[in-house]
Amino acid sequence: MRIERDVIYIFMATLFLMVAIPWAAGQLSDEILFEWPFFFEVAIGGLLAGVMYSLVALGFVLIFKASGVFNFAQGAMVLFSALTLVGLNELGLPMWLAIIATLFVMLVLAIVIERVVLRPLVNQEHIILFMATIGITYFLDGFGQTLWGSEVKILDLGIPSDPGFYFGGAILINDFDLVAALIAGVLVITLALFFQYTRIGRALRAVADDHQAALSVGIPLKHIWVIVWAVAGIVALVAGIMWGSKLGVQFSLALIALKALPVLILGGFTSVPGAIIGGLIIGAGEKLAEVFIAPLIGGGIEDWFAYMLALAFLVFRPQGLFGEKIIERV
Amino acid sequence: MIYREAGEFKASYREDQAILPIRQDRWFMWGLMAVAFLLIPAISSQYWLSTIMLPFLILALAALGLNVLTGYAGQLSLGTGGFMATGAFAAYKLATMFPELHIVVVILLAGLITAGVGIIFGIPSLRIKGFYLAVATLASQFFLIWMFNKFGWFTNYSSSGVISAPPMTVFGDFFVTGPHATAVAKYLFALSLVVFFAIMTKNLVRSNIGREWMAVRDMDIAAEIIGIKMLPTKLKAFAYSSFLCGIAGALWAFVHTGSVEPLAFDVNRSFQILFMVIIGGLGSIMGAFLGSAFIVLLPIFLSNAPHLFGINIAVDLISHIEFMVFGALILFFLIVEPHGLARLWQIAKEKLRLWPFPY
Repeated sequence: MRIERDVIYIFMATLFLMVAIPWAAGQLSDEILFEWPFFFEVAIGGLLAGVMYSLVALGFVLIFKASGVFNFAQGAMVLFSALTLVGLNELGLPMWLAIIATLFVMLVLAIVIERVVLRPLVNQEHIILFMATIGITYFLDGFGQTLWGSEVKILDLGIPSDPGFYFGGAILINDFDLVAALIAGVLVITLALFFQYTRIGRALRAVADDHQAALSVGIPLKHIWVIVWAVAGIVALVAGIMWGSKLGVQFSLALIALKALPVLILGGFTSVPGAIIGGLIIGAGEKLAEVFIAPLIGGGIEDWFAYMLALAFLVFRPQGLFGEKIIERV
Repeated sequence: MIYREAGEFKASYREDQAILPIRQDRWFMWGLMAVAFLLIPAISSQYWLSTIMLPFLILALAALGLNVLTGYAGQLSLGTGGFMATGAFAAYKLATMFPELHIVVVILLAGLITAGVGIIFGIPSLRIKGFYLAVATLASQFFLIWMFNKFGWFTNYSSSGVISAPPMTVFGDFFVTGPHATAVAKYLFALSLVVFFAIMTKNLVRSNIGREWMAVRDMDIAAEIIGIKMLPTKLKAFAYSSFLCGIAGALWAFVHTGSVEPLAFDVNRSFQILFMVIIGGLGSIMGAFLGSAFIVLLPIFLSNAPHLFGINIAVDLISHIEFMVFGALILFFLIVEPHGLARLWQIAKEKLRLWPFPY
């Protein structure tokens, strides 16, 4: 993949601003002491948190690439898979079996969604499909909680969550975040290999490129959609496990979809690496802004800062950093 | 048999270009107005007027606003809640800063202020399109709500962040907001405004501006090539849409709930309005009303349905099942008629034309 020049420029500018703005804020404000180790601690914490956002954004990208559907239900799928996992575990299944069973459930879910929702809506406008996925969101949120109850559940996979000191004790990083980043990395590499070297992966890329052309060389579109929704379900399960062990399995998991959206538009709807890079930029930007800029304007900016950051990027690159260039013809 | 335009001849352009060119449609509309203005206030209980009719009307106005933007101008927006909040807070600040202002003036000015805010948040739409724009408009949603929560100036430094709308009157001493207002007065006030703006919108989308919006919706590049200027056209759509949303927000806070709170305008409100627009039918004035009726009535029906059938279920379970059924019904409606209830309405009219001899 050839990375365009302006992507690199924008990226450099971002890095520069991420250092410059907190530094300037630190100089201006008496409350904040600007020290480099502290800065790096915040930045690294943010980058690692960003990876968690990427995990959710990844599911969006997979489905958008293969079917052009903006799947708002990804957050609900994260919640649903985590609830199912914990619920099955509470029923007495050992964790590994519960994970396998949940994967199976997500596969069934993908088949049902394709049969019941997507197939009748083939060739409808994008906004109708988008609306349908919001319908799926409501359904899954309600279904999962009807089935498994709505109290907060604890998901413990034995991932260490103690803070550890790195770089000679200067910087404090949560071990859990490191593990999460590692898992996300493995997931992305696996997906990349899957897309690049398997038969199904090739078919997926073909469909993503051009539905009609893919159909005409004999790729079964329906199967592809089931597969891609199932893969998104698996990604949702991984995200559900990570977010669930971090926050506990509860309804608010469904809301992280709203955190993943700015990541998505920043990276571009169609790019897997974009989801990762976008997550890193949003994560670091958000944390730095929270620590260094928020005290200047009153705090509590995490709700909208990511969106404003993404918006600022989009003004320069309307298709996101790595999205396919939007070519318009009359 | 009854619904047939045969024999109705138009003798002037004016008649030919009427909003409702067919006589039966006009009768139907007058009948509907009579029911809405006379019959419903006469027979409805306090409860019906204040918990069903008022939210229906006000949300229909907001849906109308979003429909202008999304259905007519093709700009997908998820910032409706933020614009409604802007309208509500603008109205509150105006009403407390200038207590002598008439409530209609307050509401119109609040709409104009919201239109200004809408223009600011509409500027990125010149570069950003489609779903990118939809997500980008969430920025305005979250930013505006944060702003109203954060700065005490907007709430006149009220400690709880929740403020009640001051009582205001129309026609001398006829209370339409505050504790002394009767449900009937509130209903009629909201209804008059909503009907006025619905007619205004209907005329607007039939005009030059409306045709420009539709050209931009159908293909903006082609529209630009035939000489439609993107900047004013898109910004006009944002301005008018947020004008209506702002008025809806002001009505919601002043007339419906009586208190101005940012929580009533969170992102779920934006989704709710978008549902109304899509279930009702994109690009249809009637659709905004049908969609609003559907989305307002459905949850009320769903939460009362178990009692009607004599089933007792735990309260939290009911709310989950409600969610589920709501989602399923939305999917059902999208699959059955992706073009919304307005399309069903149209099909019904076509059928009625041939009834009772369809062959």
